[in-house]
Amino acid sequence: MSVLRNTREAMRRDRVFRFLEPSPDFALPVDTSHGAILYVEDVSVRFDGFLALNRLNLSVDEGELRCIIGPNGAGKTTMMDVITGKTRPDEGKVFFGRNLDLLRLDEYEIARGGIGRKFQKPTVFEALTVFENLELSMASDKRVWSTLFFRLMPEQRDRIHEVLDLIGLLEHQGRVAGSLSHGQKQWLEIGMLLMQNPRVLLVDEPVAGMTGEETERTAELLVSLAGSHTVIVVEHDMAFVRSIARRVTVLHQGSVLAEGSMSQIQSDPRVIEVYLGDEA
Amino acid sequence: MLTRRLFLSDWGGITVLVLLLAMTVAVPYANLVLPPESPWHLSTYWVALIGKFLTFALLALAIDLIWGYAGILSLGHGAFFGLGGYAMGMYLTRQIGDRGVYGNPELPDFMVFLSYESLPWFWWGFDMFWFAMAMVVLVPGLLALVFGWLAFRSRVSGVYFAIITQALVFALMLAFFRNEMGFGGNNGLTDFKDILGFSVQAGETRVGLFVASAVVLILAYVASRYIVTSRYGRVLIALRDAESRTRFAGYRVEHYKLWLFVFSAVLAGVAGALYVPQVGIINPGEFSPLRSIEAVLWVAVGGRGSLFGAIIGAFAVNGAKTWFTTAYPEAWLFALGALFVLVTLFLPRGLVGIFRRKPKGGGA
Repeated sequence: MSVLRNTREAMRRDRVFRFLEPSPDFALPVDTSHGAILYVEDVSVRFDGFLALNRLNLSVDEGELRCIIGPNGAGKTTMMDVITGKTRPDEGKVFFGRNLDLLRLDEYEIARGGIGRKFQKPTVFEALTVFENLELSMASDKRVWSTLFFRLMPEQRDRIHEVLDLIGLLEHQGRVAGSLSHGQKQWLEIGMLLMQNPRVLLVDEPVAGMTGEETERTAELLVSLAGSHTVIVVEHDMAFVRSIARRVTVLHQGSVLAEGSMSQIQSDPRVIEVYLGDEA
Repeated sequence: MLTRRLFLSDWGGITVLVLLLAMTVAVPYANLVLPPESPWHLSTYWVALIGKFLTFALLALAIDLIWGYAGILSLGHGAFFGLGGYAMGMYLTRQIGDRGVYGNPELPDFMVFLSYESLPWFWWGFDMFWFAMAMVVLVPGLLALVFGWLAFRSRVSGVYFAIITQALVFALMLAFFRNEMGFGGNNGLTDFKDILGFSVQAGETRVGLFVASAVVLILAYVASRYIVTSRYGRVLIALRDAESRTRFAGYRVEHYKLWLFVFSAVLAGVAGALYVPQVGIINPGEFSPLRSIEAVLWVAVGGRGSLFGAIIGAFAVNGAKTWFTTAYPEAWLFALGALFVLVTLFLPRGLVGIFRRKPKGGGA
């Protein structure tokens, strides 16, 4: 009987098969006419019965600096995996602008299309130099043949130097990235994101392992990027979130618990119970 | 500009290239020009032996390119080496003509023995040298393309990839052992007479094959060096060390792995094609999984991720093998085991690690 039921389900008359829909094209301009650049709608992700995301809804406006907080296992990293194409959700929709369906794209397409991601653990290409790390990340033709015959143009070199200056690694450009300090690697990874010319930056724990001064400079950098970019920061460090946040989303058990300004969040009794309670 | 990029700070590579070039000139000279009574005369046995080592070095280079730079461990490169060898062997078999034991101008001996009526379709065209050479490149290349496409698309990597490449080479060995396959079964193809009209037994032909092997190895080294010093090469190192970071930087990792794998398979196929006329036989033993693992050991001993290390490793291990198997035949396997243990313990970056401080390839 289940065969019959499955067949009926697959052949429903109101159904439009995915492969019949036109595939999303990043050459098209991203339609942000309603203000939002990223929509996450009713997304659920299950891992072996464990519900990592439970009907998550999130909408981020263009140019916004959004902080996402939540206890361990709240689904923050899974959410990033879904947006960047690493994990396919069991249900739900994810759109970039109003017109680009991210669930139909692979990681590399999403990255080329303008969503950059920084990992929780700083991940740089350790065997390559700082300069080469930025050069590889640079937005350019990333198909096999063009990289085989690639030559660095003077304006591309200038752009790399600009970013090197911005992340404070100009004098370290010839060093192997593996020899950098933890904080420098974090900065290098942010620099690599910037080289991709992204519209949206997903930044996972940017100040983990940084000194106070480095944290301050990172906050400045992220705040300065907002506006021209959309920045989404996942962070545990509450002081850091307080210093940069305009709008904060609290995740809990895979769905949004609360959303609002930092002061609204801090006074929300549910948030205090599940999250802030541990620290206060 | 390009020369600078290719050879800058690659002192080991330059040394190996100079040695290879010197060999290309000196070996033919010592064999053909110097009289046999001269102490510097090199017998044809040695020319063929060193020529064989050159083809092994080419196979090692092919393995180091994918293992050292892209982190793809293939334990089945013998598959491509063997297929290239079989393509050459089929050409050489067709050149025998009516000089076989049965004197049949249309069919090779083993087909007459197995009472074939006519030549199977997959032997068509192998009487032409250019066709056979095209197959030397195309057959390993296409197999690598299909196999790699399936494996990399499904994101099979690391030890799982190594295991399925073993399965591939093992399957080929079983298939080629069967007489019904039409490739001579477990006897393989042998008793070759001519290549391009020259007798394969003649000393001059041996020297010609030696020079061809050396030149191909030099060209393959330069081409590989071009790849690893290009932006493509940096993407390879990036995906080897941080694959998902590379994806999120906008690179389609599968394609990078796939085309490198195909190139490597073609190099292995060419190595096999040069190997067969120099040893005079190709049989399914070339597809033995152990042979493929041994080739990976050459690279490990020489030093992974430097390209020239693979060449040194192939020469060192095979040189030692030749010496041991004549001097102490029973001890060879123990010596090989000991060599591998010693290199792992004391020279984790292989023989070239003694000279190199900061490898860009290699690493973890």
